[in-house]
Amino acid sequence: MLEARDISFKVGDKTLLSGVSVKFEPGRLHLVIGPNGAGKSTLIKMLARLLRPHEGQVLYEGADVQRASEIDLARRRAVLSQAVEVAFPLTVREVVMMGRHPHFGSRPGAADEKIVDELMEFFDVTEFDGRDYQTLSGGERQRVNFARVLAQLWRPGPACRYLFLDEPLTFLDIRHQIEFMKKVRAFADASDVVTVGVVHDLNLAARFADQIVLLNDGRVTAAGAPAEVLTRERIREVFGVEPTFVPAGQSGLHLIFD
Amino acid sequence: MTRRRWNRGAILFALSLVALLVLAASIRYGAIDFSIPAIGQALAALLPGHPAPTLDQRIFLELRLPRAVLCLLVGASLGTGGALMQALFRNPIVEPGLVGTSSGAAFGSALFFVLGGVLNLGQSVWSLPLAACLGGVLSTYLVFLLARSREDGRASIVTLLLTGLAVNALFMSAIGFLTYIARDPQARSITFWSLGTLSGASWRAVEVVAVSTLAGTAVALRYAKQLNALMIGEEEATYLGVNVNRLKWIILSVNVVVVAVATAFTGVISFVGLVVPHILRMLGGADNRYLIVGSALTGAALLSLADLIARLTLRPAELPIGIVTSAVGVPVFLLLLRRRQYVF
Repeated sequence: MLEARDISFKVGDKTLLSGVSVKFEPGRLHLVIGPNGAGKSTLIKMLARLLRPHEGQVLYEGADVQRASEIDLARRRAVLSQAVEVAFPLTVREVVMMGRHPHFGSRPGAADEKIVDELMEFFDVTEFDGRDYQTLSGGERQRVNFARVLAQLWRPGPACRYLFLDEPLTFLDIRHQIEFMKKVRAFADASDVVTVGVVHDLNLAARFADQIVLLNDGRVTAAGAPAEVLTRERIREVFGVEPTFVPAGQSGLHLIFD
Repeated sequence: MTRRRWNRGAILFALSLVALLVLAASIRYGAIDFSIPAIGQALAALLPGHPAPTLDQRIFLELRLPRAVLCLLVGASLGTGGALMQALFRNPIVEPGLVGTSSGAAFGSALFFVLGGVLNLGQSVWSLPLAACLGGVLSTYLVFLLARSREDGRASIVTLLLTGLAVNALFMSAIGFLTYIARDPQARSITFWSLGTLSGASWRAVEVVAVSTLAGTAVALRYAKQLNALMIGEEEATYLGVNVNRLKWIILSVNVVVVAVATAFTGVISFVGLVVPHILRMLGGADNRYLIVGSALTGAALLSLADLIARLTLRPAELPIGIVTSAVGVPVFLLLLRRRQYVF
């Protein structure tokens, strides 16, 4: 269980988040949506302890995340960012193995190699093994990074694990966005990891999320199941567009904006 | 494109052999050549019970040998310094000479030479290296303070290079001024500081540089794994459990000490730290453990070779070694600048 308890964050005199309280459960996919500047990325960075809230607390299993040691945190919390640029020519395998850093001493062991093999297989990047990461396309890179981030969490121990997705779809085309969300969905279903992501596309959010958190102007406007949160009035009020709801079979809502 | 890489252990072994070969050549040839039996006899003269060394043997033992060893150590320092700076700033075209560390260190040492006598500062072995370190800290700090972006606190590489250029010019002109007012003309010349030379080598210098090089490389190796994590970005490294700020401070300090101490005894030698890690990355990949050890070995071999060329070209006179390293380093630097795959 992950909980943000009344957190606030300011930069200068601009308040980015104010009094945000929200809970995230293991084994479920939580997606944070909201217009630009709503504080989505700030919230993710705070949940992942890259930033420290000025007020309030982030609790992992009831314990304040600020008290955790760096290495302990790195073994149970991973973050997938927008686009990872490497500074030097690294092979794809080396990039995935980066995820094992918090787990091995000076060199990776057989267990680490096996985990990397399995995840590269799962994300369909095995063929890129010895290739230079810098030569991959955006979609391929994001798959490699997803494999890396899960390699970091791959430790079926008792501790609850946390996965954050900080606008992972930004540089992907529509096909890769949907493929990526399917992987996220499959992972959330198969594990007991707390998964929290930021996405922009309301249709993708509605289709894939178990829970949606709608942020506006640094505050939580609504949180709950997609159909409860995404009402005509809220979309009009928060995003300033007029939605049309189209029946879309089993995949939930389908929205067209005007 | 699949990257073919050679076995890193084999590369390091081969580099050690090359360094030894260059060392052998560099003690054998010079203003005077020493045959191998003559080298053996000179070394034997050090053992108790042998007759006192002859003049030639003393030249070998007190000039040639310390110079060759110092050259290895300084080359290792500059190579390691380059590898560390590139890892820290996540960019393959940073180098101690380019970002001002070397000129600051040279300024610190020149100031010590000129004012040390006047002010009667301490005469300990460590006074000069300490002055060089202070100068190196000053210039490096100045460059990074000025090059920092106001928005996100990160130094863009263009700003970094331009600021380095300006700070280099500033410190070199300060050195020019110091050598101009210096009372003791034989002490140091502007050529010494700006182009580098190993002609002032002594066993005392060898001892001091050996301590800083070995200690610096050992500390750097402890942090090689964390530097590896930094390759995918500062934020990502933080998520992998690396305390990035702490790492930056440690690596910058190691780098300044290692480079400044070497510079104190040889003047500014540019481009070794730039070229060496780059060659190694092409051969065996970007792992920092391999790069740090490899850069020390390659730097040692390359600088010894450059010194040999500097001594043999105009025999019996010699060239400043910086001319030789720049002749090799500048083309590599320009090639790197033209390559698209690096983000500036």
